[in-house]
Amino acid sequence: MGAERQRRRTLLHRLDVRGAPYAFVAPFFVVFAAFSFYPLIYTSWISLHRVELSTLNLMEWVGFDNYTALWDDDRFWNALFNTFTIGVLSTVPQLLMALGLAHLLNYRLRGSTFFRVAALTPYATSVGAAALVFTMLFERDFGMINWMLSLVGVDNIDWENNKWAAQTAISSIVIWRWTGYNALLYLAAMQAIPRDRYEAAAIDGASRWQQFLKVTVPGIRSTIVFTIVLSTIGATQLFGEPLIFGQGPNGITGGADNQYQTLGLLLYEEGWKNYQMGRAATVAWAMFLVLILVFVVQRVVKRVLARKA
Amino acid sequence: MDKLRRKLRMRVVAAVSAASALGLVVGCGGSSDGGTGGGKKDGKVTITMGLFGVMGFKETDLLDKYMKEHPNVTIKADVAGDEQTYYTALQTHLAAGSGLKDIQGIEIGRAKELSDTQKDKFVDLAGVAGTEHFLPWKQSQVTTEDKKVIGLGTDIGPMAVCYRKDLFEQAGLPTDRDEVAKLWEGDWSKYVDAGKRFKQNSKDDKVAFMDSSSGLFNAMIYGDSQQFYDKEGELIYATNPVVKDAWKLASEAATSDLTAKLRQFQPGWDPGLANSTFASTVCPAWMLAHISEKAGPNNKGKWDVAKAPKGANWGGAFLGVMEKSPVKKEAQELVAWLTAPEQQAYIFKKLGNLPSSQTALEMPEVVDAKSDYFSGAPIGQIFGAAAQEIPDEQVLGRKDGTIKDIFSQGLTLIEAQNKSPNEAWKTTDERIEKAAG
Repeated sequence: MGAERQRRRTLLHRLDVRGAPYAFVAPFFVVFAAFSFYPLIYTSWISLHRVELSTLNLMEWVGFDNYTALWDDDRFWNALFNTFTIGVLSTVPQLLMALGLAHLLNYRLRGSTFFRVAALTPYATSVGAAALVFTMLFERDFGMINWMLSLVGVDNIDWENNKWAAQTAISSIVIWRWTGYNALLYLAAMQAIPRDRYEAAAIDGASRWQQFLKVTVPGIRSTIVFTIVLSTIGATQLFGEPLIFGQGPNGITGGADNQYQTLGLLLYEEGWKNYQMGRAATVAWAMFLVLILVFVVQRVVKRVLARKA
Repeated sequence: MDKLRRKLRMRVVAAVSAASALGLVVGCGGSSDGGTGGGKKDGKVTITMGLFGVMGFKETDLLDKYMKEHPNVTIKADVAGDEQTYYTALQTHLAAGSGLKDIQGIEIGRAKELSDTQKDKFVDLAGVAGTEHFLPWKQSQVTTEDKKVIGLGTDIGPMAVCYRKDLFEQAGLPTDRDEVAKLWEGDWSKYVDAGKRFKQNSKDDKVAFMDSSSGLFNAMIYGDSQQFYDKEGELIYATNPVVKDAWKLASEAATSDLTAKLRQFQPGWDPGLANSTFASTVCPAWMLAHISEKAGPNNKGKWDVAKAPKGANWGGAFLGVMEKSPVKKEAQELVAWLTAPEQQAYIFKKLGNLPSSQTALEMPEVVDAKSDYFSGAPIGQIFGAAAQEIPDEQVLGRKDGTIKDIFSQGLTLIEAQNKSPNEAWKTTDERIEKAAG
């Protein structure tokens, strides 16, 4: 009897030690399976069919037709290119400005908490509200930006219909929203850099700028990489800003000439304007593959550079 | 002992977390029944409505009036500002079978698609008593092949031209509404000619003759019984002479710099109204409310309404009842009441949405209506007469709404992006192929 109880206890003990960790992480994976993995698989299944939103139960098998059609579709390449250019236009200035802002916030200054909170405020604003306000600012006839430009003698710019103007305007919404957020990430990393490094640098006669380049930037390198990864993902998924910037039918198609249609908008147009869920799912998978491709390329480049060094 | 208790606690935690994770999944799979929001409880009836734009039920006190007359009824109406957004959500809800309201608004551009693909989800309103008063063509737009009626008509959109007297005067054009109507009597191309005269003589370069070329395009195509599709449901936009002529004239207006390069109901258009950047716009009856609101009290009395060259119908809506609704009977009664002649006339008086009811169109409230804002124009007569000119048969197509948007964008390509009309037509053609092909 005693042996029996002993055995059961060991079994329970083993189950406890081995099983409990799985039970603890289970909720995430169950939610992940339901809301990420299953949709992923289902999306790939849909992408092999011709199916309309209103009649989701009627699916017609078309194999990889949607993929080849997408490959031949000018709109896809246009959207891919726009996603890339808007991504560069918004990410690069945003991260540079965040770095500068973080550097300034890192100085001992009065009311630093106020400035830090202020830097984060745009991030707390909803995409919709920010995009709407910027749309009004960039309005052609009565927008504030054009009014200010007219003061220095620049003619009215048609922000929406001019390709690069539109992309710049959309990028400015992204920059406005995310600069402060990235700055705070940098700031946190900067504060972990030991003070004595700066002191040593100062004794060696390094100027503020040299300190920034030689001490600060190398000190927060991993954070910079992290923000680049985050921003790249964010740029690939860019959707709300251009949608609201254009408003109505033009928002969905990214301008009358698709001049600022991103991959996210193309997906929306196929799915929720043309109601072709198969084609929309194909765009979703294309986006996924593009992201994977970007990271593979980045790894290869990194490895090649490391080997050279 | 202590060790044992800790272990026990751990096990409990583990079990609870596993169970709750399971519960999450089950909880999500559970509610597939949906429903439409409305229902009956303790003799009280709740009816939900999904509407868009300014249909006039919530904007006036009609819903309150109905609730007062029927103390056991509560109506909850949601209004979406933008029809495109509304329709996308409606499509999703229809596909998912949940999130629908008891009563759903249907825009005319979507009528065919819904009656073709979703008729089973709507209640047949063919037999509802007291609904013989509609214009003959109105009800036929939502009647399926097997004679099922999926909605009852609210308003229609006969068109006229709204113009600014003061701006016409400074450009040497007549200002009296009858003389203005004579300028372009019988032919839309004379409207463009008037625009050229306006541009030549205008003393203010900042004022354009019309707001957008797409308004002109719409006015022209809707004067004919067929636009993008023929009766068999085949796409004919590319060969239909009506569409081709409209495209030609609208692109001529666009390339002759007669437009303010705006998009109707999009940013820039409202401030354009308020700041007088254009002198005329093709206006369906329901647009008057929008103009008077956005142009503001400063411009009161400067606007007037003149007869359009040719009668046409732009827009209009229906109310349908969902088959899934638990309060079908009550919802049908409400729809019949809201679309009855008295209520349609009332909305017209309050907001200017022209009745789709023949009876209402003959009521003195409608016939004698004048608009203070538009210099006392007899809008009841102007739009009423325009309504009689609307072709009795109007062929609708499945993707009418989408194709209309694509054409508007095609004209924007010419107007604001300096594409040649041929190039813009090619792009438009390809887009329609992708969206409707």
